[in-house]
Amino acid sequence: MAFLNFLQPKNALEEGGRTAAPIHEDAGEPEKTCPNCHKPIPLSRLWANHLVCPCGYHFRMKARQRIAMAADKGTFRELFSELRSGNPLEFPGYGEKLDTVRSASGEAEAVVCGTAAIGGEACCLFVMEPYFMMGSMGSAVGEKLTRLFEYALEHRLPVVGYAVSGGARMQEGLLSLMQMAKTSAAVKRHSDAGLLYIAVLTDPTTGGVTASFAMEADILLAEPGATIGFAGARVIEQTTRKTLPKEFQKAEFVLQHGFIDSIAPRSGQKALLTRLLRLHKGG
Amino acid sequence: MDQIPYAVVKLARDNMRPTGLDYIGHIFKDFTELHGDRRFGDDPAIVGGVAWLGDTPVTVIAIEKGHTAKERSFRNFGAPNPEGYRKALRLMKQAEKFGRPVVCFIDTSGACCGIGAEERGQGQAIAENLMEMSTLCVPVVSILVGEGGSGGALALAVADRVWMLENAVYSVISPEGCASILWKDAKQAETAAASLKLTAKDALRFGVIERILPEKDMGKQPFYDRIAAALKTELDALSRDPDLIAKRYARFRGLGAVEESK
Ligand SMILES: [Zn+2]
Repeated sequence: MAFLNFLQPKNALEEGGRTAAPIHEDAGEPEKTCPNCHKPIPLSRLWANHLVCPCGYHFRMKARQRIAMAADKGTFRELFSELRSGNPLEFPGYGEKLDTVRSASGEAEAVVCGTAAIGGEACCLFVMEPYFMMGSMGSAVGEKLTRLFEYALEHRLPVVGYAVSGGARMQEGLLSLMQMAKTSAAVKRHSDAGLLYIAVLTDPTTGGVTASFAMEADILLAEPGATIGFAGARVIEQTTRKTLPKEFQKAEFVLQHGFIDSIAPRSGQKALLTRLLRLHKGG
Repeated sequence: MDQIPYAVVKLARDNMRPTGLDYIGHIFKDFTELHGDRRFGDDPAIVGGVAWLGDTPVTVIAIEKGHTAKERSFRNFGAPNPEGYRKALRLMKQAEKFGRPVVCFIDTSGACCGIGAEERGQGQAIAENLMEMSTLCVPVVSILVGEGGSGGALALAVADRVWMLENAVYSVISPEGCASILWKDAKQAETAAASLKLTAKDALRFGVIERILPEKDMGKQPFYDRIAAALKTELDALSRDPDLIAKRYARFRGLGAVEESK
């Protein structure tokens, strides 16, 4: 039963590229309805506010949007973009699924890696892609992250990472499970060299990603309201036959239980990352 | 003739199979159980302690499922909580301090899936084990003896050598879970089991394990003696290896199937 941990969130995003909330385009400016306050918000206003509703609800964000938000303009240099997962198990339907998701998301894999400057501070940056099989970790995601931590170690750079994931990618079987060990070992080497790793956990960060590199940062930040956990809430409800409180596995709940350092709303994220990077550089 | 993978899954789950405590009792001498994670509690789903393997002191850690209904309930069906993984890590660090090798026996459908487990950081506990085991200075051999259920199994398997019994399984997700997610039908578990490539032969082919242990005479002393002999030889060789940590890194570093596009 506990095996069901890697349940992926069921929503339209997973199928590739569509937004969760309906977009109304019939009258005037296109708007989106906020799932939290249920008010319509003009898209232009959302965009101007890093996809955050005036009520504070953080909409899901594509990897490239996050890079544009976090990295100084024109500083991001992508690394390892040539790597992608194959279908090592010849898992039924996986090859077709990858083709569909790649064309719908515009990404080759579920994580984008590279170097960047944040507030003038050089770092390695990884951002997971929710519109690519909900950021699930297969061989390519594991390999790209491992190479990034190795690159950061070699160049003595801090790593800043945005996590979003439904967990390990089951279509790659054991090989995807092994990415948890592989990435963890790379994080450990980077850490043992005295280098900084800051992770920002975004909605949702679950399963094998929570149980590996996402939770292994020196400083763990989370976006408000993000679901962060190991087992999926639905699975826990089925297993325990208990109704879970509304706040269960939300960032604020995880903070209260001592597993993250701070909640970081998007509005102040870049300033916070900059402060932390500067302090660890020692001046 | 090989069995169909789902039949192997059923064999791996059979509650008549030897469990962690059976292996501890028949392979080692003078086992002393050491309890507790020193932070929250003691998880009965993971048994750990010190013992002799021949004339070598070792640290032994085993996931215990239990045999009878009462035992299985007490052991939470071999589904560890965060405190179980933290106890295991505490004992591994202790082994490192005293220069003892570590032997792990793994048999779990997965880490406990519950409210308390989440409140106490199941994901963080597993992540910490993966990270710390990757640089543990003493040899580690992990044996999957029944079910190897995803992260909950891997949390004790970042080892120098990983072995599997002939009819053990090792998988990222249960066949039932996989079928219900992908095909909305848990009854397709048989198809999922075949698709997931979760048998010992598959794991060997992918380089995830080094050795398959035959199940001839399973549960009888000769069966345990064979495992004991294999462990002695392996730990002896590993103990003399000066590049243990680098090789362990390389072992996991090489796993995965990645393509490079032009
Ligand atoms: Zn709102």
